[in-house]
Amino acid sequence: MSDAMRAETVHVRGHGGDEIEAYLAQPLDDARHGGVVVIHHMPGYDEATKEITRKFAAHGYLAICPNLYSREAPGASPDDAAAAARANGGVPDDRLVGDVAGAVAALKELPGSNGKVATIGYCSGGRQSFLAACSLPLDAAVDCYGAFVVGTPPEGMPLKVGPIVHLTKDLSCPLLGLFGAEDKFPSPEQVAELEVALRDNGKSFEFHTYEGAGHAFFAPDRPSYRPEAANEGWARIWDFFGRYLAS
Amino acid sequence: MCTYQTEMLELSGSGKGADGWFPVTKATVYFDHPVHAPAEHTLNVDLLNPGRGAAARVAMELDPAAARRLATTILAVLDSAPAAVLAASQPSAQ
Repeated sequence: MSDAMRAETVHVRGHGGDEIEAYLAQPLDDARHGGVVVIHHMPGYDEATKEITRKFAAHGYLAICPNLYSREAPGASPDDAAAAARANGGVPDDRLVGDVAGAVAALKELPGSNGKVATIGYCSGGRQSFLAACSLPLDAAVDCYGAFVVGTPPEGMPLKVGPIVHLTKDLSCPLLGLFGAEDKFPSPEQVAELEVALRDNGKSFEFHTYEGAGHAFFAPDRPSYRPEAANEGWARIWDFFGRYLAS
Repeated sequence: MCTYQTEMLELSGSGKGADGWFPVTKATVYFDHPVHAPAEHTLNVDLLNPGRGAAARVAMELDPAAARRLATTILAVLDSAPAAVLAASQPSAQ
């Protein structure tokens, strides 16, 4: 397999037919590849998330990261856009699903697509990856420490985020969950509650919780980075996508 | 963790951002991941003017103890200012 890739900003049709910005990375060879929609964390469509997107392309996947804050702050720097989105109350769930659907369609239209697509999300994106997988026909989904899939958000919270565990029955694909044992949102108890819901609904899933790791253990640019958990987590992701996104 | 907790308030004044001074109309206060500070969570304040775009922003990321000292100091300075000067400085008095 060639290791050449192409990575660039593109535009896709998101929720309501809106044109939104996205970062696309794809291997440059003649093979067919599975696709991955990378859902960025709450701090936004930033350099670290684009690096994750390129990492998937380096491992042989067509990867796209939609800028979920395209509408609030077109052309703004990622931190300003994230602040603007927060001030607006965050990303509504229906808009998220529409934007991910647009990203999925864009991946499937690529000449190198094998027709299979997964989502992966980190932090708030972990919840949104689960939400997308309960709302769209997907081949696999990964939830990296997404808060408020279960659990009640703090009272008076102005952001448009609520528990979505009741959607478990609609989960369309196998789910990989990667969590830190020291995380508070989601706490190990909340992860256990989600496991029960998945089991009760007969869904295919595998969860891994890493000791000594808290929230955001995958983020190498933050003090929360835990190399052992991150390396093991990446190995789980490659194994999972290898099984469910192969041609 | 993402706390998601965000307090918002309307306010008036000015802030100096990347493109110079601008009128401030809104603030958000939240305890969550910082962009730049070397900590997992910080007390963050954004002074904003949404009408002027996302870049019209003055951002702060403070460790919790520093944020409390700043808040206490602001209140102390306001409490020690002459009442007549304070009253004359309210936007409604202008």
